[in-house]
Amino acid sequence: MASVKYIIAVIKPFKLDEVREALAGVGVAGMTVSEVKGFGRQKGQTEIYRGAEYSTNMLPKVKIEVAVADAIAAQVVEAISETANTGSIGDGKIFVFDLATATRIRTGETGEDAL
Amino acid sequence: MIQMRETAMLRLLARLGAGLSVLSFSAAAFAQEAATKAAPVPNPGNNAWMMTSTLLVLMMILPGLALFYGGLTRSKNMLSTMTQIGAVACLAMLIWVMWGYTMAFGDGGNGFISGFGKAFLHGVTPASTAATFTSEVISEYVFICFQMTFAAITVALVLGSVVERMKFSAVMVFATVWLTIVYFPIAHMVWASGGFLFEGKMFGTDLPAALDFAGGTVVHINAGVSALVAALILGKRKGYPSEPMPPHSLTLTMVGAGLLWVGWFGFNAGSALEADGSAGLAMINTFVATASAGLFWMLTERVMGHKGSALGFASGMIAGLVAVTPAAGNSGPFGAIILGAVASVVCYFAVSKLKPALGYDDALDAFGVHGIGGMIGAIGTGIVYAPIFGGPGDGSVGIGAQVATQIIAVVVAIVWAAVGTIIATYIAKLLTGLRVSPEVEQEGLDIGEHGERAYN
Repeated sequence: MASVKYIIAVIKPFKLDEVREALAGVGVAGMTVSEVKGFGRQKGQTEIYRGAEYSTNMLPKVKIEVAVADAIAAQVVEAISETANTGSIGDGKIFVFDLATATRIRTGETGEDAL
Repeated sequence: MIQMRETAMLRLLARLGAGLSVLSFSAAAFAQEAATKAAPVPNPGNNAWMMTSTLLVLMMILPGLALFYGGLTRSKNMLSTMTQIGAVACLAMLIWVMWGYTMAFGDGGNGFISGFGKAFLHGVTPASTAATFTSEVISEYVFICFQMTFAAITVALVLGSVVERMKFSAVMVFATVWLTIVYFPIAHMVWASGGFLFEGKMFGTDLPAALDFAGGTVVHINAGVSALVAALILGKRKGYPSEPMPPHSLTLTMVGAGLLWVGWFGFNAGSALEADGSAGLAMINTFVATASAGLFWMLTERVMGHKGSALGFASGMIAGLVAVTPAAGNSGPFGAIILGAVASVVCYFAVSKLKPALGYDDALDAFGVHGIGGMIGAIGTGIVYAPIFGGPGDGSVGIGAQVATQIIAVVVAIVWAAVGTIIATYIAKLLTGLRVSPEVEQEGLDIGEHGERAYN
């Protein structure tokens, strides 16, 4: 069974469409996307209502999760980091894991065949 | 009924007289004289405008103020805020026809309240009329309704400082007492013939009468100061100011602000009591002062290093509307623009600097916008009224004297409202406990007081 990588990327929400297209371009067949909140170097933002300042230390981000064949993992990381890059802080992070197993529920296929 | 018949007969007489005038000049003159002396007849155009204005002011309360205030509260208190506004407005309408109208505008009485002869609208018929500012009259029922909506919105405005923590029952008791001992006397003093500030020459001076076209003193200073005093007695909301309490829907607040602006034309231009040039002046001032104030608030935000905000825009609009209220028919359009701008900038600092510095929890800034904006408007009216600033005054009264009168009116309103509010709030406390339990406050007054949620 060929090995599979699991990639989690946290990106700026407005970059989602571009990243999705880029990933489709390198052969990614599916992904899971969630709206998340968090902070890194960008910290938070300040809201002001009639002079009352509220600092929110969490910012909205989009989390993309994809499972891909080892062979294209490097291309996937590159595609995400290129398309999601704006050059300013808060662009996000990409994490890559070794995936123990992957199973397609309908057929019972495992590994790369399940992707 | 009898009066109606008499009026109809007089009209007939007048027409007959006019018809006969070709034959006999003296007969016509006699009949016309009889008609004018006995019963002036309302002009239907004026009546129609005043009926329209009355409904515009009702729209300011529901849904205008309810949405404006409701959007500023947290979502768990949305229904409570809107229900309190609607309920006190209804209560004010009933009290108005029972003893409010007669206390403010009845016959007789003294400088502080009228007599009780018109309690339960005694003696008012469809033929009864109320004087305007010219020789015209309007139907008294229309005048009663118009002034009724002013009482209703003023008591609703007070609630802006006490929402999110005051019991519904306490609000109702407070409103009953407050209208009776604060609103009706102040409305009488400023607006009714015989009123202490309406007649001028206060405290044995030669000062002119106070200028308050549509209620800068009666409505806004009165409501704003009362709101501050009630909030001080009631105490801060749990968690204020350490917990964030951002408005739950600035969308609804903006909708409410828009309805308030449109309705305010009934409030201000309607206060001419006729569809005449004075109403037209009030109308244009209600446009330009508001436009100026909305932009100046956002400009102030920018100058202070922040972003120009939607809430700032809406708050500026309201500050401008408040400030132009006493000046509506008492200022030229350019005086109104300046007045709106000044009020907007001052109110900005009142809500964003003064309030945090003093630490009181005026939840929705009823004092910061209506109290402060009302004072700027009331005193500023004494200046912009002068012909040298394009105002409609004839120049017979010096600016200094007029401003002195305005300041006296402001101080009288502040003291009267503060003392009356202390009494009304403590009576409400005695009868109801005033404040909801900490559990209800935490859970929200929508569930705790009304058993509903605004959003499911």
